[in-house]
Amino acid sequence: MRRDVFQAIADPTRRAIIGLLALQAMTPNAIAENFDSTRQAISKHIKILNECQLIEQKQNGREIYYHFNPQKMKEVDLWMEQFRKLWETRFEQLDNLLENLKPKKS
Amino acid sequence: MTKREAVFSKDTENKKLTVTRSFGAPLATVWRAWTESEILDQWWAPKPFKAETKTMDCKSGGHWLYCMVGPEGERHWCKVDYHTVNPESHINSSAGFCDENGTPNLEFPIMHWDKNFKAEGDETKVYIEITFDKEEDMNTIIGMGFKEGFTAGLENLDEYLASH
Repeated sequence: MRRDVFQAIADPTRRAIIGLLALQAMTPNAIAENFDSTRQAISKHIKILNECQLIEQKQNGREIYYHFNPQKMKEVDLWMEQFRKLWETRFEQLDNLLENLKPKKS
Repeated sequence: MTKREAVFSKDTENKKLTVTRSFGAPLATVWRAWTESEILDQWWAPKPFKAETKTMDCKSGGHWLYCMVGPEGERHWCKVDYHTVNPESHINSSAGFCDENGTPNLEFPIMHWDKNFKAEGDETKVYIEITFDKEEDMNTIIGMGFKEGFTAGLENLDEYLASH
């Protein structure tokens, strides 16, 4: 199944995990302690985030630590930003036109 | 004229994009701007693209066939099928890419549009919902906006630089 960043951030738990990892790298257990969900559920979210490259795992001794990958998050910003720009340009053009179309006030 | 803010949101789970914007003109005027081809042609395409209508019949069961003409003269044809049109209030339609005869190009995603128009004093608020059949479709469309939006953004920058 194809995964992308948009799918990753669609879920509130996954957004919360990103928020935690943005502050510091954490082990899967430490991440799970922050949630009421089961470890399996959290581990599934971690797997999706990892597949989308929003987080990366690094081995440190016997433990696996997850790190946030800010570069990947920028993709989301950039994409949405361009979509926004398209519409803003369009709407500004309409604003200018509406000035001329408006019934004149007496 | 104060700069008006459009509010955007993306709901991946429901494969939906929403855009809300208010315009400084009465409902009747804003409605015309969204439903008359002569006016749409003047603003629908973000610069440096230009919209050119071939045929339009903006009523329930009607359609709008137009093309986006790029800065190098390239033409992207689009067709909108109007399912429901309630004057000065609501438009429900589907839109997709096609050829100049309106034959759909099924390689590109179909967008389902729902637009609501509401008068608010002297202003008019337009609520736009765009939904997709598949999440991939949504990302394809945003990705295409990327291309056009990027060109438009550069154009604006040119204008800004020229005036300073």
